[in-house]
Amino acid sequence: MGNWVVNHGLSTFIVVWMGINIFLFVYFFLLYDSSDRFLYTRHLLGSALSWARAPAAVLNFNCMLILLPVCRNLLSLIRGSFMCCGRSLRKQLDKNLTFHKLVAYMIALMTAVHTIAHLLNVEWLNNSRHGVYDELSTTLSELGDEQNTSYLNPIRSTTTTPTMFVFTSIAGLTGVVITLALVLIVTSSMEVIRRNYFEVFWYTHHLFIVFFAGLVFHGAGRIVRGQVTTDPPHNTSYCKDIPDEWGQDPSCPIPQFAGGFPQTWMFVIGPMVIYLFERLLRFIRYIQKVTYRKIVIRPSKVLELQLVKNGFKMEVGQYIFINCPAISPLEWHPFTLTSAPEEDFFSVHIRSAGDWTQKLITMHHCGGSCTWYEKPSLGRSLGLPRMGVDGPFGTASEDVFDYEVSMLVGAGIGVTPFASILKSVWYKFKDSNPKLRTRKIYFYWLCRETHSFEWFADLLQGLEKEMEERGMGNFLTYKLYLTGWDQSHAAHVMVHFDEDTDVITGLKQKTHYGRPNWDKEFEEVRKDNPTSVVGTFLCGPEALAKTLEKKCVKYSNVDPRKTKFYFNKENF
Amino acid sequence: MGKIEWAMWANEQALAAGLIYLTGGIVGVAGQFRGWQFAAFGVAAGCFVCMLEYPRGKRSKGTSVARTGQYCFTVCVKAFGPLTQNYYVRALLHAALSVPGGFMLATVLGCVCLGMASLIYLSAAIHGEHWEPILLTKEVKTAVGESIKEPPSNPPPRPPAELRRKRVEDVEGAAYVNPMPVITNE
Repeated sequence: MGNWVVNHGLSTFIVVWMGINIFLFVYFFLLYDSSDRFLYTRHLLGSALSWARAPAAVLNFNCMLILLPVCRNLLSLIRGSFMCCGRSLRKQLDKNLTFHKLVAYMIALMTAVHTIAHLLNVEWLNNSRHGVYDELSTTLSELGDEQNTSYLNPIRSTTTTPTMFVFTSIAGLTGVVITLALVLIVTSSMEVIRRNYFEVFWYTHHLFIVFFAGLVFHGAGRIVRGQVTTDPPHNTSYCKDIPDEWGQDPSCPIPQFAGGFPQTWMFVIGPMVIYLFERLLRFIRYIQKVTYRKIVIRPSKVLELQLVKNGFKMEVGQYIFINCPAISPLEWHPFTLTSAPEEDFFSVHIRSAGDWTQKLITMHHCGGSCTWYEKPSLGRSLGLPRMGVDGPFGTASEDVFDYEVSMLVGAGIGVTPFASILKSVWYKFKDSNPKLRTRKIYFYWLCRETHSFEWFADLLQGLEKEMEERGMGNFLTYKLYLTGWDQSHAAHVMVHFDEDTDVITGLKQKTHYGRPNWDKEFEEVRKDNPTSVVGTFLCGPEALAKTLEKKCVKYSNVDPRKTKFYFNKENF
Repeated sequence: MGKIEWAMWANEQALAAGLIYLTGGIVGVAGQFRGWQFAAFGVAAGCFVCMLEYPRGKRSKGTSVARTGQYCFTVCVKAFGPLTQNYYVRALLHAALSVPGGFMLATVLGCVCLGMASLIYLSAAIHGEHWEPILLTKEVKTAVGESIKEPPSNPPPRPPAELRRKRVEDVEGAAYVNPMPVITNE
């Protein structure tokens, strides 16, 4: 159980969030359902009043939260200032988009309830106004027609229709507009649209500006009204049966009503300002100058960009957003940094995976004849596109050196964050950096084709050599798994079985064929490190994440002195 | 990212609109709102739109993920042939269905959402898209060749492919080929 909490930290966080939601809903439901202030309002509207107000409170809370998880600079700041606190706390910041989606689902659900309740409210208010119901309802609806009285029923005309009322009141009009904006945002964020037609998703999501603008003014009409105390007090329990004698009976003066103070803007103004700063910062980053240091095109269609930017400071395993105005001035694409903090530049490896990346590679390719340049500020003279860089932003891999033992799992191109880590290990080793807490690193690389090994093999080779020279060969254990292989590969390996280095990568470690047997691997790690805290890091597909997460729970020991596995994931 | 297929978004939007229309209609009928007949129409139209839109169309490029249990809907929708395939027809149909919703408050949201879906479908139609069903392609079973009756020409045990000697009849081919390129170590 304890391990489950450790490995599913977000769930604890979600429980807290859900608890607050439930509390707000129940609290406001009961408030509007039982408070004497709203006795007359309830007489007109019934329980639909509570059903409208309780979701409203939950909506306020969630609209406050929805912008925060997408402020990546804010998250970086929080991560930085939480350095003292536990890593499980910081780890939650990586699941920001999951949280964003959860909050969005809650907003959609509460909007539905809120809207349905108000549909009923408007209809019933209109009916009361037309005198369809009992005498008290009619009397209450007619309040405010004469001087010195304040109205309870916001429908002031007897000739209007619910539709006309909604489209002429602030609350109604803004409500319809922001609900429509929300519907468009939700339909265009469905998995199939988001994954395949990102532009549609991205542009439509900017309707959030309309949404928040409408939301701020939604309550300004003060339509939901409650009774205010008068002198002498209006005794509702006695007077509600004799609406005829209001104003004549001394204990029943004409009741006075006032609308509630609009609160939504107080909830959302803070996050809105934070988000504005976030976008401003992104814009500043966009206009900052970035120079090329080196461009390498690998045969496996992977483009390596080495860039330099003033004041750029990175940590291992972080990622940056890259923008290329020549392709699209609005699109920012995330890439994991593959350089180490110790280097005087930063680099990314970009694989051709879609339109944007394909265009970028073509732009840097210049006909395939000149594969690389090595001069700063060469870019402009060669007509290379200008680049914008936002970041770096932190992810879990930052914590690798905090664990005594680290298991790194990279699948396919997902190996990139670990390139940075392994490079950094190499540099830290050279300098005998005291910050290096790690005693042992297990590195698993799952890959489909031999091609992709080549651009990374250089690095591993260098590392291997260095470690052997220093007699620290045990520090890094790496295993390569080739998942796409055929008979000719196997035969090839059989022939060269006795050689010292691997036939494919030229490394000391032999390449394995097929997928790793995780049970065996975890068992081995546990056996070798019986008392350690092991951090498991993955950059790869969702299915693998699930498997590893389960294994982490399975192989963690309840005894705090024994081996524990913590799971971290990086996923785009 | 590839070319945008508007119909995919239109489909999501129309499905949502159908649900909203249906919900609005149910509220209107259940609450016996003034003009609840429009709400009753909304229930029918919402149901119809949901059923029409539930089967997701096939993407022109890349993998198409079907919605859970959409198969029988796909078959029904496909049965109407060119009528359901053409997105101009859908745009018109949705526009027509949305009109009665505008006459009462409960269905106004459904009406506007469906109107938007209609507009997106129109843009899809203008971009030359049309609906294609997602159906499982039957695996073509290759007939077993006649050669199965003959004895194997190269029976096991066999050495790895690279080590296999060529047949002696083929003198040129019989020359030994290195399984691996030979590189001098420098």
